[in-house]
Amino acid sequence: MKEFIRDDGRKFDEIRPMKAKVGVVPNADGSAMFQFGDTIAIASVFGPKKMHPQHSQDPEKGTLRCNYNMFSFSVEDRIRPGPSRRSTEISKITEWALEPVLMIDSFPNQVIDVHIHIIQASASTRCAGINAAAMALAHAGIPMKDMVSSISVGKIDKQLIVDVNKYEDSVFKEGEGATDIPFTFTHDGKITHLQLDGKISKEDFKTVMNLAKEGAKKVYEVQKQALKDSIEGKE
Amino acid sequence: MDSMITPNMTGERIRKYLTEGKRFDGRKPFEFRNIEIETKISKNAEGSVRVKIGNTEVMVGVKMATSVPYPDSPNEGTMMVTSELLPLSSPRFEYGPPKFPAIEVARLVDRAIRESKFIQFDKLCIKEGEKVWTVFIDIYTINDDGNLQDAASIGALAALKSAKIPKYDAENDKVLFGEWTDENLPVSKDLPISMTFHKIGNNFIVDPTRDEEDISETRLTVGSTAGMISSMQKGNSQTLSMEDLNIILDNVDSVRKTIATAVEKIK
Repeated sequence: MKEFIRDDGRKFDEIRPMKAKVGVVPNADGSAMFQFGDTIAIASVFGPKKMHPQHSQDPEKGTLRCNYNMFSFSVEDRIRPGPSRRSTEISKITEWALEPVLMIDSFPNQVIDVHIHIIQASASTRCAGINAAAMALAHAGIPMKDMVSSISVGKIDKQLIVDVNKYEDSVFKEGEGATDIPFTFTHDGKITHLQLDGKISKEDFKTVMNLAKEGAKKVYEVQKQALKDSIEGKE
Repeated sequence: MDSMITPNMTGERIRKYLTEGKRFDGRKPFEFRNIEIETKISKNAEGSVRVKIGNTEVMVGVKMATSVPYPDSPNEGTMMVTSELLPLSSPRFEYGPPKFPAIEVARLVDRAIRESKFIQFDKLCIKEGEKVWTVFIDIYTINDDGNLQDAASIGALAALKSAKIPKYDAENDKVLFGEWTDENLPVSKDLPISMTFHKIGNNFIVDPTRDEEDISETRLTVGSTAGMISSMQKGNSQTLSMEDLNIILDNVDSVRKTIATAVEKIK
């Protein structure tokens, strides 16, 4: 049986090179790009603005509306443009991941629209999307209690890893196969998003959860730096 | 939101300036903003580009797949253009089934490329009558500051020029996505450049900003290969006179040259 080695030569707890930048869409109220190696996501924020249609308005609090989409050419085998069941689910998951830190109570009857697009994909696209969206919300000046940072961890055969790439997610099929676990944390360590597909023991899950928490801290630093740079007028 | 509408007052001032041959950003009427083209922005695509014209930005990708040819052209490949005016790029755009503006962008790009025979479809035949390549050109807007139409056309040409054909496993009758041959997509050297002229009052401009495009009364999109016209479409309901058409035709070559210079650099 083939032994699992990371195809890009990374250590098991090493995240792919990350890049982040805010202000990538001049028209938007806030926007950001986040990149994990070959996975690139951009997000833009419009609002808070009046919710249409009126019957969707919530007089108690504002509404967060996320939309996640992959460009048709972002993957090897072209995907049909437009929404799918997968993208609809990820859009909702993204809303749930972001909402806990948004002070949305201050915007009754209003909506904040977040648009996320994956330009290039090599797994962990939802994590890159959530990271970009969180930065775009901060860039738009929406009041937030905290930042959120998303990272995927996994178990490939018997090995626990951080930041799953395409080879690990869908190519390597030996042994116990692949378990993909995307996590989103607030900066003070609370979980706002968690999914799991595969098979993993309780012990391994506990270990991998801590790996994810450490990984999210590194993501946070990259997000924070990009937001700081934009305020200080650096690129 | 400020980018939702252009106030009448701004419109009046744009008109007044144009009567003196001036524009807000200091450009001449037939001058384009700076065109920047970046290739290989998405590595899973056969060809992909980011085009920036001033603050306007689009991303265009080319993907290929095999399909059954049309009965009337059994040895020719096919193409399909789609475009999405993403809500990400402007507060004016909304999700939902494509509306006319998005369809028009795709249709005009499609025609300029198809009618000029830019893609050499006869070289995209795998097995006559059974299997040919289909070329998908997908256009996404990133930021709308006017003239998405021309940005989309430029992006389509650049993406096609930079596209490589994927490897094809003839034995198993399967495309090896993610692996490419050294062969470029077969395209003609003569670029079918598409450009849109806008009439505001009695004046013409190219490459309008968002504000200028909003008060444009009528427009003509012209597709031109070197010295020839290959496609035209008038948009909006104001009339054009014969003199108007002459003014446009007199300026096609110089505008074409600006755009062609930018696209020709792409390999």
